[in-house]
This record gives sequence, structure tokens and C-alpha cells, in this order.
Amino acid sequence: MVGFDVVQLPETEHVAEGETAPDFTRPLVNEEYWEDRSLSAVAEDGPVLLAFHPMDGSFPATYLWNEMRDRAWDREYGVTVLGVSISDPYSHKRLIEERGMDYRLFSDPSNEVAERYGIVNDLDGMAGVEEPRPAVFLLDVDRTVEYAWVASEWPEFPDYDEIETAIETLA
Amino acid sequence: MAEPAITLYRLQACPFCERVVDTLQDHDVQYRSRFVEPMHSDRNVVKRLTGSRTVPAIVDENTGVTMSESKQIVEYVERTYGDGGVDEAAGGDA
Repeated sequence: MVGFDVVQLPETEHVAEGETAPDFTRPLVNEEYWEDRSLSAVAEDGPVLLAFHPMDGSFPATYLWNEMRDRAWDREYGVTVLGVSISDPYSHKRLIEERGMDYRLFSDPSNEVAERYGIVNDLDGMAGVEEPRPAVFLLDVDRTVEYAWVASEWPEFPDYDEIETAIETLA
Repeated sequence: MAEPAITLYRLQACPFCERVVDTLQDHDVQYRSRFVEPMHSDRNVVKRLTGSRTVPAIVDENTGVTMSESKQIVEYVERTYGDGGVDEAAGGDA
């Protein structure tokens, strides 16, 4: 019998339901190019599901985007699905291609966006590197947080059914 | 927040692209940058717009002009937005 320990992440003061999600501008990558975009500009057009994920190439990023791609909430409910990681735009383009997904990803190598959202994850064994802890925020058009989930263990995945219910409620 | 009328398709560290950037900045012309991949085969967005995969390429919604080739773009920007230039493009060769 092999057991394993899941790492507990410390408590964090993160952006919570009912609050306004902080706005930011970062390169937003699609399958063809990237350009600076603000979250608020995208949110103006409709509800946004903002998913912070571990760096591109890690297995949690792969699993997360496979699941999000297959659930296709964008087509089903008209919600815009966006990712954020510390990976550079070239890596994002590769991830989008490899996962065969229509979603766009913000590139935030400085991890400042995660800092503003209160979800910094210091990576043990990678000196000088921090990234967001896995987190999902569902925002309405004025960026009010309708649903928030932030990982408290590492690794941990969001409850996709719970997210879907939240999207259904908003739609 | 209004989007700039000019979109510049560019490649990171491409001298021809930087030349266009310099010219736009010299004339205080607002623009947004869209970065594409080094591999030509990955630049379909540019091909759809201009018929070729080369960058720099610009789209100017003020005038309806789409063009590539840095020399041509620099001349266009100077003609259209430079001193003595007209606000509306005078025809143009695109």
C-alpha cells in the first residue's frame, strides 16, 4: 500500500465572491498572434471564466485544459474562457495548438496578476520562480466575482461540475 | 476605451518591424501590436490580410489600407500622418 502526501497550501486572502476582480493588461495569446488586452475589455462583451493554471507543459495544465476544452462552456453558455499562467506567449501558442482548444491565454511571467488576486504559489525547488496557484473565477460583465475557487492543496483541480452549475446560474 | 485604428503585425526583434514602429512613434500615431511566430507557415492571419506571410504588415481602419513591406509602409505613414499629410488618405496605392 503506497500512500502519498498532498501538500497543503497556506491560507490566503484571495479575491472572493461578490468582490470586483482586479483589472489587468497582459499579452493575450490566441492560436494566431498575441496582443496586449485588458480583462475589462474582454469582460465587456459577456461573462468570463478566468482560470489561473500552472506553467504550460506541467501535467496539471494539460489536464485542466483537456477538460475545459471538452466541456466547451463557451459554445454551450456563451461564457468566454480565458487562462493565465507565467508562461511566455510562444509557449501559450504551443499549448493552444497541442490541446486543440479555442481559448485564449494571458501571459504573465512576472506573476503580478496572481499577486493582485492573492493566489501566489511559491514553487519549491525552482529558485526564483513563482506562479499562480490553480484558481478559477467566474465574472459577470462588470467583473463582479460570481464564483471563486482557489486551490488549497498542491496539486488540486477545480470541481468542474460546480463551475458548470455556476455558469448555468449566470447564463 | 477606443482601439487604435492601426494594427501592426510584427515579429519580435525584426528590424524591418522596428523601422515601422519608429516611424509610427515619430509621428505620434497610435497603433496596436499583434505579434506573430517566426515560422512563415504559422502566419496565416497575415496571409489572409495581405495575401503574403511577411511582416511587418499594417491595417489602417482610418483609410481602409492594408499593406506589407516596411519601405512601403514607412512611406505610407509619412505621407498620411506626416507634416503636410492629410488626415484622410488621398487614394493610396493599396
